[in-house]
Amino acid sequence: MMELLQLFITFFMIGLVSFGGGYAMIPLMQTEVVNRYQWLTLDQFTDVTAIAGMSPGPIAVNMAVSIGYMHKQLPGAVAATLGIIGPAFLCILVLAAFYKRMKNNRYWQGSMFGVRAAVTGFIVYSAIIFTKNNALFGANMWYTLSQLIIFGGSFIAIAYLKKHPVYVIAISGLVGIALYS
Amino acid sequence: MTKIKRLFSFWEKLEKYTLFQLFVSFLKISPSSFGGGYALIPIIEKEAVQQRKWLSEREIADVFALAQSAPGAIALNSAIFIGYRMKGKLGALAALSGIILPTFLIMIVLSLLFLQVHDHPKVEAAFTAIRTTILALIVYAALKMGKQAIVNYAAMIICIAAVLALYFFSSWLHPIFIIVLGAIAGIAVCSRHSDELQQTKQEEKQQTAAQDDYSDYMI
Repeated sequence: MMELLQLFITFFMIGLVSFGGGYAMIPLMQTEVVNRYQWLTLDQFTDVTAIAGMSPGPIAVNMAVSIGYMHKQLPGAVAATLGIIGPAFLCILVLAAFYKRMKNNRYWQGSMFGVRAAVTGFIVYSAIIFTKNNALFGANMWYTLSQLIIFGGSFIAIAYLKKHPVYVIAISGLVGIALYS
Repeated sequence: MTKIKRLFSFWEKLEKYTLFQLFVSFLKISPSSFGGGYALIPIIEKEAVQQRKWLSEREIADVFALAQSAPGAIALNSAIFIGYRMKGKLGALAALSGIILPTFLIMIVLSLLFLQVHDHPKVEAAFTAIRTTILALIVYAALKMGKQAIVNYAAMIICIAAVLALYFFSSWLHPIFIIVLGAIAGIAVCSRHSDELQQTKQEEKQQTAAQDDYSDYMI
């Protein structure tokens, strides 16, 4: 029961500051889930990130479901999900009443300006630690080269060819099976 | 046959309740939200404005603006807000549970599957490549977010400071403080240069107008 409460509280905290989407929350989640509470190992955490990116739904919520489930099965998944969507739910109910006034409030605008900029930094950092955690590049020449090609191909497909991330992930998986098994 | 008929009339009765409609509408929308929220915006708009006629075009624009300024995913926030406008707190709950249920179940099944098969060499090989693709998705998300957020040098400095702080101080400085510090820095910058803020706001508007192709999958 204590553990479920801890899951709920942790993800509530993360939900409270989750501006800028799921990938921005990776550093925060890793700090809490891997370093502080050790619910998952680093490898498991990176895999959870990959699964969350492959599934429909917001990435942060997907990660909460998966981390909760891996730690404490279904009750854990429910606790973590309630935690991460709780703040959004409460905030909308409050904001709905004050929104018109808030929109033109200088402090609100200022803090949103700062938060957005900081959160961009979070996503950049996510990319850095994701590379580091996975040792994506390195091992040997051939491996590094193949990974760089997969990265470049995926990026072009998503950013320029506007392919749906799910197709890109599926194709990438097949390429991985062909190359690395 | 009569049983089926009864079931149909029961369904029709249920369909008359707005709460139930909210639940069903968002339940239908949810699985198409691969990769997050922005891809859902046009779908939510179609359902809420054209199909169900819950809101007008202008009202839905307000919904999306508010959904973006609250923490959390934009699709969930829009669902909560639309539900709240229609039927108060219960409506918000109905819409939220509709949009969350399918993705919740899919995620449980995937986690379960993954726990079963993650040691298989083929799965490991696939994930070696998939992780790299996820990295590409993260980089793309950073660029998208950066386009909206990095509107002047002050924002760039806040962004770089956040990266450095995360990289060097993350062992003792909790990431939440970095977000709070970002907010404080933002207030400090904007109270000094309020003209600049007006300018950035206009630029922001232009940019969001330019991004109307809704190809953003992230966030």
